[in-house]
Formats: sequence, C-alpha cells, structure tokens
Amino acid sequence: MAAIDAQRASDITAQPPGLANRRFKDKSFVIWGIVATIIGLGTLVALVTDLFLDGGHRLTPAFFMSFPSADPAAAGILSAWVGSLLVILTTALVAIPIGLFAGVYLEEYAPKNPLTSAIEIAVNNLAGVPSILFGLMAVGIFVQFLGNPSRYFTFLPESFREGAADLFGQSILTAGITLALLILPVVIVATREAVRSVPQEMRQGALAVGATKWQTTQHHVLPYALPGVVTGIIIGISRALGETAPLIMIGGLTFVAFLPITRPGDATFETIGVLDEYGAAVDPGATERVTITHDGVVVLPDFTEQQVHAGEVLDLPHGSTMQSVATLGDAAASWSPSHWLGSEFTVMPIQMFNWTSRPQAEFLEIAAAAGLVLLVITLLMNAAAIWLRYRLRKRIKW
Amino acid sequence: MRLRAGVIVERDFSKRKMRWGESIIEGLLFLAAVAAVAIVVGIVYVVLSESTKFFAQVSAIEFLTSTTWTPLFDNPQYGIAPLLTGTFMSTLVALSVAVPLGLLVAIYLSEFASARTRETIKPTLELLAAVPTVVYGYFALLFVTPLLQRLIPGLPGFNLLSAGLVMGLMIIPYIASLSEDAMRAVPRAMREGSFAMGATRLETAFRVVVPAAISGVVGAIILGMSRAIGETMIVVVAAGTQPQMVISPTQQGATVTSFIAQVALGDVAFGTLEYNSIFAAGLALLVLTLLFNFVAFYLQRRFREAY
Repeated sequence: MAAIDAQRASDITAQPPGLANRRFKDKSFVIWGIVATIIGLGTLVALVTDLFLDGGHRLTPAFFMSFPSADPAAAGILSAWVGSLLVILTTALVAIPIGLFAGVYLEEYAPKNPLTSAIEIAVNNLAGVPSILFGLMAVGIFVQFLGNPSRYFTFLPESFREGAADLFGQSILTAGITLALLILPVVIVATREAVRSVPQEMRQGALAVGATKWQTTQHHVLPYALPGVVTGIIIGISRALGETAPLIMIGGLTFVAFLPITRPGDATFETIGVLDEYGAAVDPGATERVTITHDGVVVLPDFTEQQVHAGEVLDLPHGSTMQSVATLGDAAASWSPSHWLGSEFTVMPIQMFNWTSRPQAEFLEIAAAAGLVLLVITLLMNAAAIWLRYRLRKRIKW
Repeated sequence: MRLRAGVIVERDFSKRKMRWGESIIEGLLFLAAVAAVAIVVGIVYVVLSESTKFFAQVSAIEFLTSTTWTPLFDNPQYGIAPLLTGTFMSTLVALSVAVPLGLLVAIYLSEFASARTRETIKPTLELLAAVPTVVYGYFALLFVTPLLQRLIPGLPGFNLLSAGLVMGLMIIPYIASLSEDAMRAVPRAMREGSFAMGATRLETAFRVVVPAAISGVVGAIILGMSRAIGETMIVVVAAGTQPQMVISPTQQGATVTSFIAQVALGDVAFGTLEYNSIFAAGLALLVLTLLFNFVAFYLQRRFREAY
C-alpha cells in the first residue's frame, strides 16, 4: 500500500516534460523586456547627454540675450525665444477656449445626429494628420488668401484690407493660429475625458435644485474636470513649442535680428544707395559714408554679414542693407498688440534647424545649446503634466 | 412659485421664461466643436484646389509613373515615385526598430512588470514622443550617423538609415503605450484560464493575450506608421534632400515631407508650377495617411474580439 501511495505522489509532483525549458524561456523574456525598455529610456539619456556635451558650454546669459549672427561666437537665441513665447501665447489664446468649448459641447450638449458624428470623426482624424499638412493649409488660407487682401477682397475698404495684410501673411498671428489648430485635437480629447470622468450624480444634484444646464457645467462639472483639462493643455502647448515643419511652411525666418515687437519697416531696415528692381545696386562700385545709429547687422552685396555698433562711421558699398537691432526703449515706444501679431518671426526650433544645417562646427555647438534649451523645456512641461495626472488619479476617488 | 395664503400656486410651465444666455452659450460651444470639421475641410480644400492647378499642367499619368522628380531643373519632371520610395524606406526602417521593441516593452509591462514599475516606466517612456523632432534630427545627423559610419564603411553623411532608426525610437511609445492599453483590457479570466491549464506567463502572453488584443496592437502599429510617414524634420536634417529611387536604406533620399519642407525653405513664387507641386506632394501624403487610417479602422473592426 505504502509503495503504491508513494508512486501516486511522485506522479502528481512529476514535472511535465520540458517544463524547466519553458520556465527558463519565461524568465529570460523578462530580460528581453527590460533590455527593450532600457533602449527606450537610454535614448532619452543619450539625447540629453549628447546635446549637453556638444553645446552645454555655450549656455551663458549672453547666449539668451544675443541676436543670431554670422559669427557663431557672438550668436544667440534672443529673437528665437521671444518669438517662441509670442507664438505660443497666441496659440494658447486660440486653442484653449476653442478646445475647451468643443470638448464640453461633445460631452454635455451634443445630440446624437450625423453632424455630431462628423465632428467626432474630424477630431479623431485630425490627430493623425501630419503636421506639415497643417502648414500647407496655413500657406493657402492665412498666408496667400488672408495675407493678400488686395488680391481677393477688392470689395472691402482700403483700411480694412491694409489691416488684414498687416496681421496675416508670414506673421506671428498666422503661426499661432496654425499651431492652435494643430493641438486642438489634444485639448479636445483631454477635455472630453476629464468631463466624462465627472460622475453623473454631480450633474443630477445641481439640476435637481434648479440649476440650468450651463450653471451645472460651469459650477459643478468644469471645476472637477479642470486638472485633466490642464494636463491636456500642457501636453498640447509643449507639442506646439517643438513644432518646426508647419512654421517652415508659412515662412518663419531663419535670420531675425530684431524683436518681433518692432518690424523692419519701422526705420530699422535701410538700404544703401539706389537699387534696381532686383535689389542690386544701380552703381555697384560706389560706396557711401554712413553713421550707424543702432547696433545691428549689415548684409553686404555679396550676402556676407557684418556686425556693426552704434556710433561707428563706415564706408558701405551700394546694395548693402542695414538691419538695426531695436533697443528695449524702441520696443517699448512702439509696442502694440497688432504690431507684434503681424510681425515676422523666428522660433526656437527653426533657429536650431538653421544652425544644424550649417557646415561649420561652431554653429553645430550653438544648435546643440538651443536644442538643449528646447528639450529641457518640453521635457519639464511633460513631466509636470504626468505629475498632475498622477496626483489627480490619487486624490480624487469618486 | 408664489405662496398665497399657504397654498402653492401651480406654476404655469407653458409660459416658461426663455433663457437667452443658455442658448447663446450652447451656440458658442457648438461653433467651437464645428471648428474641428472646418479644419479638416480647410486642409482638404487647400490641398485639392492647389493640386488641381498642378494637374492642369502636369498629367496625372506622369505624376504616378515617372521615376524622376526634378521640379527645380530646367527640364522639370514630376514623378512622385522617388519621394514615395524615400518615405517607404525610412518608414520601413522605423517600423523594424519600433515594432519589436515596442511590443517587447508592451508585453513586459502588461504581463510581467509590477504595477509600480509599470506606472513609472510608461509615462517616462512617453517622454520619447514629446521630444521636438528637430532635436531628433540633430541626434540622427550628429550622433547616430557617425556611430553607424564606424559599423558600415562608406555610409554617406546623409542617409535614410539613421533617420529611420531615430524615427523608430521616436514612435516606440506610440506602439508600446497603446498596445499595452489593449493588452491590459484583456479580461483577467482569460489569463487565469490559461494559467490553470499550466501555461507559463510567456505562453499566456503570446497565445492568449496578444491574439485577444490584436485589434488594438495593429491599430497602435498603424498609428506609429502614419507618424513615421508624416514625420518631416528628422528626414530633412538627416536623410538628405536629393530625390532618387531608393533601394537601400544606406542611400540618401528625399521623402514626400522633406521635399515639401525643402521647397518652402527656398524662395518660391506664389502660383508657379513649383509652388503648386508641393501641394501635389501634400495630396499624396494626405491620401497615404487617410488610407492607413482607413486600413486601421477596417482591421480593428475585422479582428475585434468583443468581451
């Protein structure tokens, strides 16, 4: 009897053939998973390290306070970060209300009808449209159509047409709106998810004591949805900050030696001598003695650039153009919203791209420095969004 | 409602006060939502109308069959094929990096890792998708390419291989994160059934969880793919700008997107054939993206397992 029992017990505990091998495969998969994860995370580390080693030593206060220049040692990102700031401000002012309203409409108000499904399909598809196509649309609508009112809107009064031509075209307003349209799906989807997660009882309670639909939404749904909405807005804004392709399409400049608050047209852009219709000097051999009134850059007829400083007296060849750098005093004196909205611009990613595409190693260094600034800002914004989402999930338990 | 000698007078609901504020707000909310449709219509309209001007001068047959794309030459030729081969080659390289790595990460996080590990790694990995693409371009050109040149002698400074590899790293989080969501949505009972039959976690992952989540996984891969097709800056910076029929990833080549960006960087006069050619290329891009969206939608419906 005892022998038979022992036999049975060994049968029960006997391992099926190949189990050790299967268990080994199971365990070793964990290693593969960890290796794949490390490759992903290692990329982030490599990115930051590479940019820091290449350009970290260029991150001085002067780098943030200097305009770009033909001389890489003196070049900086002043016009780029000011441009990015103004473009992002415009983007936020357009994208946040529209995205928030659209999200609330789709969750709280939208009836079930074909138009609502069309809106939902549009939102879902927009998220997958390549950003450069937003750029093409912006070229067609904001730059060519609205930016050239004298070509299309001949029936409108002259002053109105001038206003439109000032604001649209290759301007900060165009850039801001384009990026706003690009991040709209992100804000809408985040708003919808946040609004949807507010329990139905909150609405019923408010409605039961006589609140109207909007009062309910405004006072009882949105406050609880807000952290989720803000998370979406931060992620959207950080995406807009790093976008390059659509802004290249609408003509973001690569060399901007003025702050967007003053424009080249405001006596900061001068040509020397009499020029023909192609911008070449009528008398190419001649020079003219000029007293420089502002710090800035002179572009010579052979397109080389020369830094100049206020007070210098120079003999410049005909065909040179002078770009004066506006001082803060000039900027303050001429400031108005329509002024900077209609201004030409550059942004951080375009500045970095321009320096990356130059062959000299010194430019690659400042490209890395600009990239590091950009990378750190976007990563911090995303980290903030993740932290907010994490807190939200922890704190609110319905 | 008014109290009159302790009696509640019935409210006359037929004379309900019209609330104008409510209607105005609802109208504003509706307008905001319609903006999404307007953007789609705007993109399609601009791309179509400008392409129409292009196809008035260049035959669609030449556009689709010619193997030369030289719009900037004296004797311009407009065959989209070289740009498409560039796009497909870089996308192929990107997917061959991102699909295996992304799925390994997804299976590891969903089936093997602890909840704590998952909650830490997933958002950190998603940061990869937040890096500005121009920074990735710099990384591809000045870090990955020199590295590859040591392994592959004779690799040109601009090549689709390094652009594609970096693009692959960029789309890992799209594939990993969405696949992981799909795998975690597979009911626990299915896993427990598999464990009860004696299967290991790995066998359960590959024979039960992945097949059950296949619609989400395929959707994630196609989303990553359409990201790769539409990516511009990495290829503009690192892959070169010379359109040619690409047969090997070690070649340099222009993609649909990098051609559009390259023309925009130069000075193109409005209304010229060259100006219109970027919209024709944009049309090709739009059609490709919509096609993949449609395929993803179809596959998800076809292979959906409902629980």
